Amino acid sequence: MSSGMLNSSPHGHQRVVVSQLMQQVLLACVPGLTALVFFFGWGTLINLLWLIPLALLLEAAALRMRRRPVRIHLQDYSAVITATLLALALPPTLPWWLSLLGIAVAIIVAKHLSGGLGNNPFNPAMTGYAVLLVAFPDYMTRWLLPAEINHNLPSLIDSLQFFAGREPDAGIDAFTGATLLDSFRQQQGAQLFSEFWDTSLLAGQWSGEGWEWVNAGFLMGGLFLLYKRIISWHIPVSVLATLALLALIFHDGGSSQSQGSPLLHLFAGGTMLGAFFIATDPVTAATAKRGQLVYGTLIGTIIFALRTWSSYPDGVAFAVLCGNFAAPLIDAFTKPRPFGHTS
Amino acid sequence: MTVTEQRRVWPLPGGIYLEPHKAQSLDSAIGKPPLPQQLVLCVTQPDSANAILDVQAGDYVLKGQLLAHGMDDTGINIHASTSGTVLAIRPHVLPNTSGFEELCVILQPDGEERWTRMPPIPDFTQCSREIIYARIQQAGIRGLGGAAFPSHAKLAPGSRIHTLVLNACECEPFISCDEALLKQYAADVVTGVQILLQASHAVRCLIGIEDNKPAAINTLRAVLTDPRIELVVIPAQYPSGAERQLIYTLTGITIATETLPVEKGFLCHNPATALAVMRAVVFGEAMVSRVTTVTGAALATSGNFEVLLGTPINELLLLCGIDTTQLSRLISGGPLMGTQIANLEAPVMATTNCVLATTAAELPAALPEQACIRCGFCVAACPVLLQPQVLYWHTRQQALAAATAHHLHDCIECGACAYVCPSHIPLVQYFRAAKAAIHIEQAHVAVANTSRERFEFHQARGHEEKLRQEQRRAERAALSQQTHEQVPDANGAQATIAAALARVKAKKIEQSVTANTNKQNNGDTGP
Repeated sequence: MSSGMLNSSPHGHQRVVVSQLMQQVLLACVPGLTALVFFFGWGTLINLLWLIPLALLLEAAALRMRRRPVRIHLQDYSAVITATLLALALPPTLPWWLSLLGIAVAIIVAKHLSGGLGNNPFNPAMTGYAVLLVAFPDYMTRWLLPAEINHNLPSLIDSLQFFAGREPDAGIDAFTGATLLDSFRQQQGAQLFSEFWDTSLLAGQWSGEGWEWVNAGFLMGGLFLLYKRIISWHIPVSVLATLALLALIFHDGGSSQSQGSPLLHLFAGGTMLGAFFIATDPVTAATAKRGQLVYGTLIGTIIFALRTWSSYPDGVAFAVLCGNFAAPLIDAFTKPRPFGHTS
Repeated sequence: MTVTEQRRVWPLPGGIYLEPHKAQSLDSAIGKPPLPQQLVLCVTQPDSANAILDVQAGDYVLKGQLLAHGMDDTGINIHASTSGTVLAIRPHVLPNTSGFEELCVILQPDGEERWTRMPPIPDFTQCSREIIYARIQQAGIRGLGGAAFPSHAKLAPGSRIHTLVLNACECEPFISCDEALLKQYAADVVTGVQILLQASHAVRCLIGIEDNKPAAINTLRAVLTDPRIELVVIPAQYPSGAERQLIYTLTGITIATETLPVEKGFLCHNPATALAVMRAVVFGEAMVSRVTTVTGAALATSGNFEVLLGTPINELLLLCGIDTTQLSRLISGGPLMGTQIANLEAPVMATTNCVLATTAAELPAALPEQACIRCGFCVAACPVLLQPQVLYWHTRQQALAAATAHHLHDCIECGACAYVCPSHIPLVQYFRAAKAAIHIEQAHVAVANTSRERFEFHQARGHEEKLRQEQRRAERAALSQQTHEQVPDANGAQATIAAALARVKAKKIEQSVTANTNKQNNGDTGP
C-alpha cells in the first residue's frame, strides 16, 4: 500500500475548517462596522487596523513563548476576531496606547495565560474592554455625537490625532457627548418618556440616533450567522428577549419613572453586538441548549440591571463576563439527557 | 394487501448528510468472482472464545460441511465455503488494522463446488419455533450488517419479540450490497422475513429503508403481499441504520445503550441475514457466502459480488482492476465506521460488507488537529444526544470518571462528530481510547477484588484454625486434669476409655471440618 499510515474511523471528513467559520464571523461584522464609521467617523476603522496586526503579533509572541506551532494557530483567525470585537466595542476617540493595553490584556492575560484558544474561561475581547473601562472610565465613556446631530464629524486627520493621543480640549468636546442611554438616565424622574423622546436631540427613529443603525447592522450580521448555522438562536434570542421583557416591565408605560422602552434598549449601545457576536463565543458560553437559554437570560438581565441601576452607561461587557463566570455552573446543571435515558 | 399509506417516522436526533457514492457499484447485477486459489476461514468464536475443530489438515470437505463449532449454544458453526482439501489450520491475518492473526482453516478448492446440504424445509409454516432456531444455529448464520452477531442468539427461546425490524437503511456512503441484494432477491428476502416472523412469534415486521434507494423500494413494494410486513421509507441521513436509532425512527421508542433491543421486544436483522435464513431453511444451505461491495476510485470497476467467505480480499481487488499506485487507504466497511485493512491477504468475512479502495483524492488524509473552540457542531451531529466536546475535554485529560458521568459509554462511535469537527479533532479515537482505558481499569479492579477476597478468606481460615487449636488445647488440659483427679476412682478405667473415645470423636469432626474447608477453597480458586 502506498501510504504507511493506518487510521481508525471515521476516514471521511467534512472539509470545513475553523478559519472559514471565523472568516464568516468577520464578514458578518461588516454592516455594523459600516454604520459605526458612517455615524461616528474613522476612529473605529483606525482602531481595527491598529489592533489586528497588533493582536497577531501578540498571539505569535505568546505562542512562541508557550512553544506552540505559530503558523497553524495564527491561521485559525481567533486573534483577528478578538481584535475586531474589541475595536468595534472601543470608543472611536481612544489613543493608541489604551487600545494596545486592551488588546494585550485580551490576548496575553485573558487568552494565553488561561491556556490559549479553547481554554479561556472569559471572553478575551470583553476582558480587555472591561479592564480599560474600570481603569480609564474617562476615556472609555467618551463617545462621539452621531453625524446627524454633529454635522461636524471629526475628519480623518482629527481621528488620527485622537489616535496619536491628542488630549481632550475644547476641540474634542465639540465632537463628544453622552449617548442616548446616558442622557436618558441623567434626566431620570424629570420628564415623561415621551417628553424626553420629543425633546432629546439624541433620539432617533426608534432608539438612539446613529446607534439604532449600528445595532441594526449587527442584527443583520447576526442573522447572517444564524442563517449560516455558525451560531444557534438560543443565546441571542434569550439575551434579547430578557432585555426586552425587563424593559417592557420597567418602561412603566412611559411615566417619569420609566427606564426606557424595549426598542430603546434593544437598539442602544452594544446590545446587538453583545447578543450575536460576543455572548455567543462558544469557548466561554454555556454548552447545552437548555444551558444556553439560562446563560442568555442571565446576560440579558445583567445588561438591563447595569444600564438601569449602575453608574456605567452600558453593561454588555460586564454582563457577558458574569455570564462566562456562571457558564461552568450552568453546564453542570443542564447536562442533556442522552438518547434512551429516562432519568 | 399493499401498504399505501406511509406510517409516521420520527426524525433522527442529530445525524449528518453525506454524499452516497453508491451509484458506481450499482450499475450491474451482483457478480460472481471465480474460485480463488485458496480460502481462509476464521474459526474464532464470538468474544474470541476458542472453537472446537471438526476437521484436520488434509481432510477432504464438501461445500457446507462443518469445519468448527463453538463450545456451547452461544457459539457459531463455521462451514467450508466450497469443496476441497484442508491445507492447514493455522493463524492467519484478518481484515483489521492491527494485523492481528486468528486461527483459520486454509482450504484449497477442488473446483467442483460439491454441496452437502441439510434437509430442505420448503414449507416452513409448519415448523415450530425451536426447529427454525436449531436450523439457524446449524447453518452458522451471523448478522451480515457488519457486526456478525450470531443470529440464533437473538432468537433464543424465551425471548418475547413483538416487532421484527429489517434494517435496509445502509446509511454509510459507498456501501451498496443490501441495495443490490434487495433489487435482485427481494422475494427471497421477504420469505426470510416470514421465517424470522415465524421463529420469533413477532406480530409485525417494519422494513426501514432510506429514501435514496428508489429501485430497491420499488422491487420490495412489488413483492410485499404479507399484511404483517410494512415497508417504511425514511429520510436518508447518517446514521439512520444504527440499530437503536432506526427503532426510534420507525416507532418513536428510545432504547438506551445498556438495554438490548431484544429485551424491549425488537428483533433487528439485515436483509442479507434474512436471505441467508431463507436459504438455510428452505434449501438447507449453510452460510458460505455474502454479497460484498467492492468500490473506490483506486479500482477500474466497481460492483457487488456474491463472495465465498474466506476469499482473499486481494482477489477481489485484482478482479476490479486495482491500481496499487493510486491506493491510499483500503477499508473494510464504509468511510465513517469502517476498519482500515493492514494486509491485502486478509479474507472476506461475514462482517465484510464493503471493500473500499480509496485514493488520496477521494478520502484525503486528516487535516492537522486544532484547538477545540466548543463550537457545538458535534453536539448538533450526535445521534445519541451526547456532548462530544465535553467528552473530548474529559477524555483528553484522562478524567475517566467525568467522561463516564457524561455518558461516554453511550457513544456508538458513528463518527458524525469527528466528521463535522472544524478543528479536525479525531474525537472518536479519543473516545475509543478512553473506553479501552476504562475497560482495562475495570479489569484491574476485578483482579484486585478477587485477590483481596482470596486473601481475606485465607486470613479467616487461619484465624478459625487458631481458635480451634486453642479450644482443643483447653479441652485436653481440662481432660487431663479430670483424669488425674479421677485416678483413684473405681471407674478410672471407664473414664479413660470415655476420654479416649471423646478424643477420637473430636479428631473426626476436626478432619471433616478441614476437608470441607479445603473443598470450599478448591471451589473458590477454580480448577
